[in-house]
Amino acid sequence: MSAERLAPRPAVRWTILAGVGLLFLIPIASMIGFTLRDAGGGSTLEHWTGLADPANAGRYRPIWTGIGNSLVLAVVTVGIVLFLLAPTMVLITLRYPRLRRPFEFLCLLPISIPAIVLVVGLTPVYLTIGRTLGTGAWTLAFAYGITVLPYAYRAIQSNLDGIDVKTLAEAARSLGADWLTVLLRVLAPNLRGGLLAASLISVAVVLGEFTIASLLNRQNLQTAVFVVSKQDPYVAVAFALLALLFAFLLLLVIGRVGRIAGTPRRRRTRPAQETS
Amino acid sequence: MIALAPEAAVGTGHRVRSRRMPSLSAVGLLPFGAYLAVFLALPTLLAIASGLVGGDGAFTLENLAALGDPVILTTFWNSTWLSLLTAAVGAVVGGLLCYAMLGFPADGRVRSVVDAASGVLAQFGGVMLAFAFIATIGLQGVVTVLLRDALGVELYAEGAWIYELPGLVLPYIYFQVPLMVITFLPAMTGLKPQWAEANLTLGGTPAGFWWRIGIPVLAPSFLASFLLLFANSFSSYATAAALSSQGSSIVPLQIRTALTSETVLGRENLAGALALGMIVVMAAVMGLYALVQRRAARWQS
Repeated sequence: MSAERLAPRPAVRWTILAGVGLLFLIPIASMIGFTLRDAGGGSTLEHWTGLADPANAGRYRPIWTGIGNSLVLAVVTVGIVLFLLAPTMVLITLRYPRLRRPFEFLCLLPISIPAIVLVVGLTPVYLTIGRTLGTGAWTLAFAYGITVLPYAYRAIQSNLDGIDVKTLAEAARSLGADWLTVLLRVLAPNLRGGLLAASLISVAVVLGEFTIASLLNRQNLQTAVFVVSKQDPYVAVAFALLALLFAFLLLLVIGRVGRIAGTPRRRRTRPAQETS
Repeated sequence: MIALAPEAAVGTGHRVRSRRMPSLSAVGLLPFGAYLAVFLALPTLLAIASGLVGGDGAFTLENLAALGDPVILTTFWNSTWLSLLTAAVGAVVGGLLCYAMLGFPADGRVRSVVDAASGVLAQFGGVMLAFAFIATIGLQGVVTVLLRDALGVELYAEGAWIYELPGLVLPYIYFQVPLMVITFLPAMTGLKPQWAEANLTLGGTPAGFWWRIGIPVLAPSFLASFLLLFANSFSSYATAAALSSQGSSIVPLQIRTALTSETVLGRENLAGALALGMIVVMAAVMGLYALVQRRAARWQS
């Protein structure tokens, strides 16, 4: 990259990276060490092998329920992003460019409203929802759609900025396509990088959400690990490790997808280079 | 606002279709608009309103008096210094890391790993980070035991502070540094190499570049990131809730106590008043952020 001239010397940059990196690895290494500990002070793998032991199934049931709920929540939240947010953003780009700034403000607003504050206002809303739609965990997805809004908006908007939505839509319309076809078969494929990045970051945020679920008394992955930690801290730490690892891999994929989505102009002129 | 839209569409070159479309396409805005109204606007207004409504449902400013209660003032002060401290440490360490990142190619392996790790720790952490620190410096944590057995250092000679306010400092720094990397790295990589070249051509030194150009140009972005970090730890709940299941040392935990028990400090609707207080602080910080960010954007083109 062009930043070479400003960059610190290799010795300096590696020292900083290694120093901070090692400090940040201490808690992770401690988690691994903690899960390998046995009652007598030696080391053992039984906390890990115990995860798959049917005898413990009852004790760990909250976690499996939590994982199931969190996956359902992730799917519904991604649905909100893809079928509610994305079409609205396309519509605003095509028809209401003047609404772009106010819309952006609204979408980024949830960053400045703490989840704990949102919970205070969501409690009465969810009382009503509980009476009409039931108290199923999936209903939380409506709240999560708001939580992921800033991240999803940014991912999709950077992709929208990179393609000429108007020209694409007009070309398709003049060839006789209806609006649904334009949206699904012309725009969506061009936006797939942004839509994928938005979906993945939404999944990561939903899987990591604790505040709203815990205070509205719904079970998800995070509240389940918290509950199990009261009885068996070793298993809780083991699951925390697995969850962090999973999120790390998810975000590595996002990084790759984002990089492809973030350079649409170059991709169109030199397709071969970006596919590597 | 919507009334403006048809002209905008016509103005950019749609002739035939746009006159027919506006009414139909305005309908397209409705589903998402309704969604935002019910799940963003309504809860926010309810949170604010519940701080201004008494037990009988009438408008009152009495709940706000709770914000002047010494206990509540202490909680806000705790939240503030915790956020200032961890944001400052996070900004400095994260800034240093961003500086080091300048030397690694943007699409290289090191950057990918640092980006992903930052994302995990800054956005996904929550409860998991609490467990990480219980495993590390908890009463039976790996580092605690190591210090005790190898060096004879008793980490908790003066009580189990990990489950109290001081125990939040390290976990908070642990998610502030990665957030700094995420928010500050774009500004750092936005520095133009031409400026460094111009500096050298005009006889400046590399150190002089940072003092005269680099730091002044980056200062607004740095301040903006610092404010974002402050807002982040001020509003953070999960890590603190998982670490201390009883306490109410910071505002989010105080809201939890107020939500889960009927009356706190002999007051009703305290959660609403606290939420209102948080919104005021967050609005001030984010307003300042927007101002500083505008100043920072001057150099980012």
